[in-house]
Amino acid sequence: MANYLLKRILMLIPLMFGITLITFTVIHLAPGEPVEMQMAMNPKVGKEARERLRKFYGLDKPLAEQYFSWVGRLTRFDMGRSFSSDSRPVKDKIKERLPITLSLNIIALVLEFGLAIPIGILAATHRDTWLDKGITIFVFLGFAVPTFWLALLLMYFFGVKLNWLPISGLHTLGSENYGTLRYLWDLAKHLIMPITVASFGSLAGMSRYMRSSMLNVIGQDYITTARAKGLPERVVIYKHALRNALLPLITLFGFSIPALIGGSVIFESIYSIPGMGQLFYQSVMSRDYPVVMGILIIGALLTLIGNLIADVSYALADPRIRHGGAR
Amino acid sequence: MKAAYCLMLLLLLNLLPACSQPASNQQQTGVKDEKPAYGDAIVEGTIGESSTLIPLLASDSASHAVAGQIYNGLVKYDKNLNIVPELAESYDISSDGLVITFHLRRGVKWHDGAPFTSRDVLYTYRVVIDPKTPTAYAEDFKQVKGISAPDSHTVVVIYDKPFAPALASWGTAVLPAHLLEGQDITKSPLARKPIGTGPYRFKEWVAGQKIVLESNHDYFEGRPWINRYIYRIIPDSSTMYMELKAGAVDLMNLTPVQFARQTTSSDFTSRFNKFRYPSSGYVYMGYNLRHPTFKDKRIRQAITAAIDKEELIHGVLFGMGQKAHGPIVPGRWAYNPSVKDIAYNPKRATELLAEAGWKQKNADGILIKDGRPFTFTILTNQGNQQRLLTAQIVQQRLRFVGIDVKIRIVEWATFLKEFVDKGNFEVVMLGWNISPDPDMYDIWHSSKTNVGELNFVGYKNQEVDRLLIEGRGTFDIEKRKKAYFRIQEILADEQPYTFLYVPDALPVVSSRIRGIEPAPAGIGHNQIKWYVPKAEQVY
Repeated sequence: MANYLLKRILMLIPLMFGITLITFTVIHLAPGEPVEMQMAMNPKVGKEARERLRKFYGLDKPLAEQYFSWVGRLTRFDMGRSFSSDSRPVKDKIKERLPITLSLNIIALVLEFGLAIPIGILAATHRDTWLDKGITIFVFLGFAVPTFWLALLLMYFFGVKLNWLPISGLHTLGSENYGTLRYLWDLAKHLIMPITVASFGSLAGMSRYMRSSMLNVIGQDYITTARAKGLPERVVIYKHALRNALLPLITLFGFSIPALIGGSVIFESIYSIPGMGQLFYQSVMSRDYPVVMGILIIGALLTLIGNLIADVSYALADPRIRHGGAR
Repeated sequence: MKAAYCLMLLLLLNLLPACSQPASNQQQTGVKDEKPAYGDAIVEGTIGESSTLIPLLASDSASHAVAGQIYNGLVKYDKNLNIVPELAESYDISSDGLVITFHLRRGVKWHDGAPFTSRDVLYTYRVVIDPKTPTAYAEDFKQVKGISAPDSHTVVVIYDKPFAPALASWGTAVLPAHLLEGQDITKSPLARKPIGTGPYRFKEWVAGQKIVLESNHDYFEGRPWINRYIYRIIPDSSTMYMELKAGAVDLMNLTPVQFARQTTSSDFTSRFNKFRYPSSGYVYMGYNLRHPTFKDKRIRQAITAAIDKEELIHGVLFGMGQKAHGPIVPGRWAYNPSVKDIAYNPKRATELLAEAGWKQKNADGILIKDGRPFTFTILTNQGNQQRLLTAQIVQQRLRFVGIDVKIRIVEWATFLKEFVDKGNFEVVMLGWNISPDPDMYDIWHSSKTNVGELNFVGYKNQEVDRLLIEGRGTFDIEKRKKAYFRIQEILADEQPYTFLYVPDALPVVSSRIRGIEPAPAGIGHNQIKWYVPKAEQVY
């Protein structure tokens, strides 16, 4: 087992290297340079100013040299400074946004699974009844409704008309003087709408998985046996069927880990949430290479780690994989 | 089933107006307590976040808007867009226009208490022209031949030749030498925690959320009435509009449709004051003058005659704008009101096209010459709905006179790099924001046609070249006026651009804020005099 793990971890190094090479090339292939984005169409900018800025960012050097100096810094955990006019370290830019996106996504993820599992079970156990059909319609509506549209409607209704919930942002102005409890309640109120909208959309897929996996299990012989034993239906479903039916969902959960640091641009813009989605979008649009690369690298690393964890858990669960790896 | 759901939401929407309004922010009708009072805060909604609060490093308008409250220049534009002294108490220009002497204000203090002196001005100049500083604003200062400070409150600047935009260039924010000298400006903490001399001092910046400024009680033009100025970053304009209606934003810019259609209820007008004045920019169609078709002046004139600018203003801007006739917006001193622009006249357009050899039409009604149909592509950038709509209306108008127009939308970086810089376009639709000084050398002079320069349409006219140099080479306003008036006449005839329209600026401000005086410069010029009567203060 240790051998298998070691092999997998060693494999990550060339993989990571390849990822950096590809992403670096792709972002530099996109037309336009950060200098253009800052200075184009400004009558007060001379040619010399552009050259000056290119030199400042090191863009006048050959691409290979730029790549290796970037990788060199990365091995010392230095992601460089942003190419936007603030020249801040990329690390700081990511650090001030990551916690927001991460906590929002974790709450949304917990909510999604927390709702999708019971909804899926309910739909499966009441297959083809009005309840099942109602749930199907509901979750597919969530899937089909455009997020921005639903968000605006909710904002108008709860924010402007009823004045129950704040419309956007994370804090009320002046909330820094509130007591701890009031401060947290203020934050929670700001999060209700965005999290509702965020989870509503992904509920559909998740609950469908749960339903079909549950149906699959219910049809198997050992469930029939359990029922034949005279076990109450509740025990059959929640004790015998659920455990097995949850397995595919756990796989899905593993896949969701890298998505935790990604934010949706549309959603973050509408609710004025300063998260990773906006940062990434803006840096791509302004060709801020160091920030783009920084975010991609963290994403890639998390994906690789997520996959590793998934594989290791399979290996733990399934002796066939474990022995295959050790051979 | 989806239809049923939509119906449900429609019903819901119908119910909405019946719901009650929040009772906050009731307008006081009486005149009691209208006196200016210190206190309260103003919350401005802004789409973009500032990048850095050291203005000479910033190239985005969001940064300059905030920095403008914190720093001062030696001079500024007043409400009528005339240059007046600011950090300078006065200035003299020598009769030959080569020497500008600034007499600095005495007793001005930086926000940290240090005195403001000529050393700060010298430092600002030196750092701008330092080749190591990544700034976009060095160009105007390169014209400076020498600069000196005879004493702590006098600065003398010497130029090689008279250079009219020079004076305005000293409106650049003066930076604190005592905090920056000997430091790498790109790594200075002032970028996130600025220290200036302006009416507001920096308090707090929460990344992606807000920037909070506090009034400077020692400001040399007097303490601002409103205690705090808060910029809230709201990237979505619909969200910002809802925040405005909910009372969480006091000031924002409306879109034409919001101004014309969504903010007319008496409830809204009692809670907010809307303002409307020409913005300082225009939208145009620029022809690639190296292209064989568009080399012909008659073709360009014909296209202008075929376009109904009035229709564009109604269709795209809901009437919130005016026709553009040239590169200077109406209301500026350099604007020539008697310029003869080409009026909307499709018949004249057809005649001009026939003169240029486009007489026959093919089966689709498209003009043909030498067997080729008259077709071209309007190129514009992604993310600007107004330009897209404009292009679509133009497309339809030109179809009437037999020209087949295609529209292509390209992401901004690609647009610049692949099309504009390479001269790889037929017609572009873009806009210019223009400074109060009419100097437009960079856009129209024939020496500015290289890759990456702004005369990308390739306009060359010797008389215009001469007039441009004349216009920037004197401080005499009458002489400048003559030069720029003539340039406008030539451009109106030659039509290197079809100048389309000047959109209006449409700011809206909560009605609890008093003392706003709209002027040619907009509403921001007397911000330190804005106030909220004691009874209506909410923050």
